[in-house]
Amino acid sequence: MKARGRMNGIRVAALALALTALVGASGTAIAQQRGGTLVMPMAQAPRHLNSAVQSGIATMGPAAQLFASPLRYDDKWNPQPYLAQKWELAPDGKSLTLHLVKNAVFHDGKPVTSEDVAFSIMTIKANHPFSSMLAPVEKVETPDPYTAIIRMSKPHPAILIAMSPALCPIIPKHIYGDGKDIKTHPNNSANVIGSGPFKLVEFKPGQHIVMERFDRFFIPGRPYLDKIIMKVNPDDTAIVVGAERGEFNLWTFAASARNIERLRKAGWIATDKGYEGIGPLTWVAFNLKRKPMSDIKVRQAISYAMDRDFITKSLHGGLSKPAFGPIVSSSPFYDASINPYRVDLKKAEALLDAAGYKKAANGERFAVTIDYIPGSDEQSKNVAEYLKGQLRKIGIKLEVRASPDFPSWAKRVASFDFDMTTDVVFNWGDPVIGVHRTYLASNIRNIIWTNTQSYDNPKVDELLNNAAEQLDPVKRRAYYAVFQKIVNEELPVAWVNVVPYYTVYDKRWRNLPLSIWGSMSPLDDLWWAGK
Amino acid sequence: MRLLIPLAIRLAYAAILVVAVIVLNFLLIRLAPGDPVETIAGAMGGMTEELRAELVRAYGLDLSLPQQLLRYLARMLSGDLGYSYFFNLPVSGLILERVPQTVLLVVVAVAVSLLAGTALGVLASRRPNGWFSQSLTVLSVVGYAAPVFWTGIMLIIVFAAWLPLFPVSGMDDIANAGNGWFAYALDVAHHLVLPVATLSIIYVAQYSNLARASMLDVLGADYIRTARAKGLSEGSVYFKHALKNAILPVVTVAGLQFGNLLAGAILVETVFNWPGLGRLAFESILRRDHPTILGILFCSACMVIAANLLTDLVYRAIDPRIRTGSR
Repeated sequence: MKARGRMNGIRVAALALALTALVGASGTAIAQQRGGTLVMPMAQAPRHLNSAVQSGIATMGPAAQLFASPLRYDDKWNPQPYLAQKWELAPDGKSLTLHLVKNAVFHDGKPVTSEDVAFSIMTIKANHPFSSMLAPVEKVETPDPYTAIIRMSKPHPAILIAMSPALCPIIPKHIYGDGKDIKTHPNNSANVIGSGPFKLVEFKPGQHIVMERFDRFFIPGRPYLDKIIMKVNPDDTAIVVGAERGEFNLWTFAASARNIERLRKAGWIATDKGYEGIGPLTWVAFNLKRKPMSDIKVRQAISYAMDRDFITKSLHGGLSKPAFGPIVSSSPFYDASINPYRVDLKKAEALLDAAGYKKAANGERFAVTIDYIPGSDEQSKNVAEYLKGQLRKIGIKLEVRASPDFPSWAKRVASFDFDMTTDVVFNWGDPVIGVHRTYLASNIRNIIWTNTQSYDNPKVDELLNNAAEQLDPVKRRAYYAVFQKIVNEELPVAWVNVVPYYTVYDKRWRNLPLSIWGSMSPLDDLWWAGK
Repeated sequence: MRLLIPLAIRLAYAAILVVAVIVLNFLLIRLAPGDPVETIAGAMGGMTEELRAELVRAYGLDLSLPQQLLRYLARMLSGDLGYSYFFNLPVSGLILERVPQTVLLVVVAVAVSLLAGTALGVLASRRPNGWFSQSLTVLSVVGYAAPVFWTGIMLIIVFAAWLPLFPVSGMDDIANAGNGWFAYALDVAHHLVLPVATLSIIYVAQYSNLARASMLDVLGADYIRTARAKGLSEGSVYFKHALKNAILPVVTVAGLQFGNLLAGAILVETVFNWPGLGRLAFESILRRDHPTILGILFCSACMVIAANLLTDLVYRAIDPRIRTGSR
């Protein structure tokens, strides 16, 4: 009797064990935990937190937590519902209708309505530095409190990306519509009120930003995190040592191979996903107003002299990818058939000979200078120094000009006082936003990150303007393909590599921000699996 | 009454000095290539022509230099230090937020270097040719010669990276901020150790040498021989009679060096990411944030002048000859 009872007990236990194993093996992982604090460093101090009037990654990261936007994006360039639960782009492409959720409120409790959406979009159009993003927008109609219709003067496929969290924060009309100049509005730095998953606790300019969970966020159950702390810390080494000591648990925009390796060894995980939206490129820009840079053969020779494999493997520790076109390889518009300018010193020399720059007795053809954008040694200074040695092999004497700080370099480039310069420029998602500005003849201006190369090709202008209005993705890709072939041939800039931005994080994080916008989208589904 | 007139004269000189400092710095800053608009374009990742023109007009950068200077002086005299180009916030607010941190750093550093320097110097003076005195001299030269930022980085490497005894940077650990002011004070004190050590090393080196030399000088005087002859204890001789006289040069030098301390604070604050005026000044120069730079320089000039005045008063308190003398 007793023996059988024990056998039954064992059977029951075995059954229970088997069931548990089944459940565990089926992959239904632990449910998301509420709680935890994200502590991350910021390399640059944001001027303020209103991304409707201020672009740049320093402001966009925190602003995407404080403000919600009509749409958000996944990692496959597909728009996802956010403040807009449904949307329709009209067949003629001249209007985008947004149907808003009905339960969204701002941090002060007031509801988010189409009035706020209309106000935000027109404010962004009037004040945001990326003027091409909303240029064709004429007005935003609000037939009812939860419907907004954006009317455009011509088809503008970029309008969808323009609705991203980084680019289209919905700001409260009842706060910012008080008549004060919004660019210097006091609520940009204090009492910053949005409808995003986190609300502002403290912003000390130049020091840190503290945000905490917004309990009435319109997506139920989210966000999971209690707090987000972003500390301004411009020194990479201090960040790495601090991270090892537990002072930070996430680091975005890490681009130095050495530091990433060090943290990997300490048990952290590094991923390069999440930067496809930004599309950052390192390139060497030529001043086409000056000889000999004005000669296309000279530019091609320099591009052929660049060993991009060496740069990416040795200078960047194998973390970056070579680039030889204006659109990043992770973009849907990238055309892989462009000339990769595989390093060929003989070809470079032949081109220079054909251009009429023969070698003098001392082996020198001509002398030029190269500036480099201050900030990242690995991406710019080292590339310039490397080029000095490399170009000497083909007879070009290259002098590297250092700039003491960013405004000095910016002044030089903006006043066209350069032969060549390294630069780091972002695509910003849709080519209309971040790519066109470098190649359009109408954008030759005395401001950095415009067409400071003075490149002028009417065919390219036509292609870009057509692509901006083309709704059919196939036709649009075709335009951009021709565009890429032309500039790849004519080289107003010689692209070097895609900047290897990585997100390095403590292994206890789950649901990392890995959409195309990475950490510049709401961190409402990020959760901490530690204690 | 006898005190007031020289004080008033000094204050008048101080006012003229401050205005001169402002004008000079105003011109100097504008010599640097690049302007605040370029910085803002950089922070924004690009800019339109219209925005650029608007900013130039808003910041008065299209006016002539004398016009800009007069505009700034006029505003300053009415108490308006202007708005930061970079943050769009009042400069006075930015400065007031940072002053306590810098004052904390500098005052603690002054106290530590005076106390430690004097103590070491006095100890060394007991046996001037002993090993302690000799090694102190050598260490002083090293500590004095080493650049501040190098010392700071070395201390971080040894005491924050190799031996994780102290935090790497910053003033507090807001993520793990304990509850209550006492936990916070401890946290700040913990973060304060390395920056203060860095800043004081140079001055400990100087003051210890000075104190030692000064003590040796004083100990050879007649009244000390008298005191010993009277049968007073060594301790009384050293501390009651000798030190009071020996400390005068140290106090003088400390007062004069206050300006250097502030300059050293800029480097220390940058190395340690300490949220003080020095770091704000450094970053503002890199950002060409003219109103903030001028505001900070104005405040520093005032602080240095105040420190000099304070030194004078302390001197009068210590040295009775000045108090009752012919001044």
